[in-house]
Amino acid sequence: MWLKLEQRPEPSRTMRYLSPLLAVALMVASGMLLFHFLGKSPIESFKVFFLNPVQDKYGIAELFLKATPLILCAVGLAVGFRGNIWNIGAEGQLLIGALAGGGLALHFHDSQSVLLLPAMIAAGALGGMVWAAIPAFLKTRFNANEILTSLMLVYIAELVVSWLVHGPWMDPDGFNFPQTRLFHEKALLPIIVTGTRLNAALLIAIGALIVGWIFMNRSFAGYQMKVAGQAENAGRYAGFSARRTVWIGMLVGGAMAGIAGVSEVAGPVGQITEHISPGYGFAAMIVAFVGRLEPIGIFFSGLLMALLYMGGEQAQQYLNLPYSISKVFQGLLLFFLLCSDVFITHRLRWKK
Amino acid sequence: MISPKSVLTLIGGAVASTVLLAGNPTQVGFVYVSPVGDAGWTYQHDLGRKEMEKALGGQVTTKFVENVPEGADAERVIRNLITGGANIVFTTSFGYMNPTEKVSRAFPDKFFFHATGYKTGKNMGVYNARFYEGRYLCGVIAGKMTKSNVAGYVAAFPIPEVLQGINAFTQGMRSVNPKAEVRVIWVNAWFDPGKEREAALTLISQGADMITHHTDSTAVVQAAEEKHKANKNIYAFSYHSDMSKYGPTAQLTGTTHLWGDFYTKVVKEVMAGTWKGTNLWGGFKEGMIKLAPLNPAIPADVKALVEKEQKEIAGGKRHPFAGPVVAQDGKEKVAKGKNMTDAELGSMDYYVQGVASTLPKK
Repeated sequence: MWLKLEQRPEPSRTMRYLSPLLAVALMVASGMLLFHFLGKSPIESFKVFFLNPVQDKYGIAELFLKATPLILCAVGLAVGFRGNIWNIGAEGQLLIGALAGGGLALHFHDSQSVLLLPAMIAAGALGGMVWAAIPAFLKTRFNANEILTSLMLVYIAELVVSWLVHGPWMDPDGFNFPQTRLFHEKALLPIIVTGTRLNAALLIAIGALIVGWIFMNRSFAGYQMKVAGQAENAGRYAGFSARRTVWIGMLVGGAMAGIAGVSEVAGPVGQITEHISPGYGFAAMIVAFVGRLEPIGIFFSGLLMALLYMGGEQAQQYLNLPYSISKVFQGLLLFFLLCSDVFITHRLRWKK
Repeated sequence: MISPKSVLTLIGGAVASTVLLAGNPTQVGFVYVSPVGDAGWTYQHDLGRKEMEKALGGQVTTKFVENVPEGADAERVIRNLITGGANIVFTTSFGYMNPTEKVSRAFPDKFFFHATGYKTGKNMGVYNARFYEGRYLCGVIAGKMTKSNVAGYVAAFPIPEVLQGINAFTQGMRSVNPKAEVRVIWVNAWFDPGKEREAALTLISQGADMITHHTDSTAVVQAAEEKHKANKNIYAFSYHSDMSKYGPTAQLTGTTHLWGDFYTKVVKEVMAGTWKGTNLWGGFKEGMIKLAPLNPAIPADVKALVEKEQKEIAGGKRHPFAGPVVAQDGKEKVAKGKNMTDAELGSMDYYVQGVASTLPKK
């Protein structure tokens, strides 16, 4: 008697939603096993990694703060991913958005206007869209693979940031160190929980989740993208424009990543440096998939991902484990998700 | 006349030190920008941490968090070290300056030390080392030993600290060999072994036989070691750490960083309640830098010269940027008979004469 994997007559809806939970459970289980083999108590390690970071108000606020850019990027990416638009370049769009929004803050560095902050957010969205428009144009005009072009643009964006902070935008009073001046108070997102760093970007992210849900599930354009993604030929037969799908998918992803960039520079960082993002644009892809490309799922997977980052810091402090432990957990999560997804279309049967 | 502010500071200091002396070992936290690894900037700080821990016996315990991005995360990590029980935190990269300052204001009874920045506070000190003093001596050796009169320099970013190194190396080289020139390749990364190696090989193929670097990996020394097998004239100078493990024949010496004594001293002061603020830029004199062991390939007379000049630098009789210092464009930066000031060093944004490359435009 052994187990056999056989195809289900139709994909299981239950498994579709259970699969991420299964992946999380497997990640935690193998993580604890890993702790055990590293000579640490699994229970104690679990506490340090998953509970320590959120044991007080400050920790919980930090969790939401860390999750904000991940959620923003992921909800934008989900729109494209649903339509089979593979925007791998959210990181670059985030950086250009941060430059567009932050550039405004630097240009009006003595402005007291209440309009500055909204203008920065709009500029950030626009900046991200411009950067995302390049692969969209190359895809629709020359059929260039957007996976490659959007990824390569990340490296260009990084160099643009580097050039600006080492050159024209360098703080004139900063002893030639590569960073801009600190933003003025009016250019910073307001703190929503006093005593913490949690700022209004979280509200923007929640708004984006709601709008994203309406767009994906209740709008005709969202429906078109879903059809184009799930059955390209059916979409074409129905007269849905493939080009439009590309443009919407890329631009929405770019806009959200751009806003995520502003949420960092006008939030906890408070200036433009070379280190605006520790890879949020890439981590957001895991967030989007673990969240099943659904806004509510993205909300929770964004928090989980943020917790993995913070747990890694705690594991270093209290368990003497290297920082790579965070990356191991992130990798495990994606790996187990892809494995668990097999059970959406397949099931296990005992074979005699 | 004692101002109310200084009374407060005194009381604060007294309270802090009584807390520190109350039996339990003092906890000291370190924030590192990269993994500790086995050579480089962070590795040297971690050596310092271990030395301090050893020197102070059971009086301290230490913790470190490595690979902390210089962005929004740094503030949380510093704060968590404090809330986790640390009384003293060392943040060892430039990008931690603003986060360190913010946390230092939120915890006025704790102590913070930031490496390589320029902001200080009542409970925040800043420290750095005069790496350029070591660079100058490496330049002297290079100037004596080069056959091609060309040195190659692999550099990360054109910030003052890196330019001080390039210019000091050039000044040293030209002090013994006026025909010598230095070529620079910027790799725009602190740690990118692939690019660093490629840059080193390019410089060697352009005729450089003395190679050094201001980047964080061992790639440049390794590349020189490889090339040394075919061409015995090719040598390298390491930076941050002694990398002779990676270049046993090619490494002539290197400018290594020593933080242990400083960490021990300053932690002791804080524990004793005698700390009065730190704004330290130390060199050979303070024991914050040291040359790696000299390669036996260096002739005895050159060795003697280097030892003599090192003593002169430590004794304040010789300055790597003693005038006349002339910039690449011919402008005199320091007049004859004068030494460059610390403020001028801190805002360096040019090459001196003898550097054959041009600086990337802003």
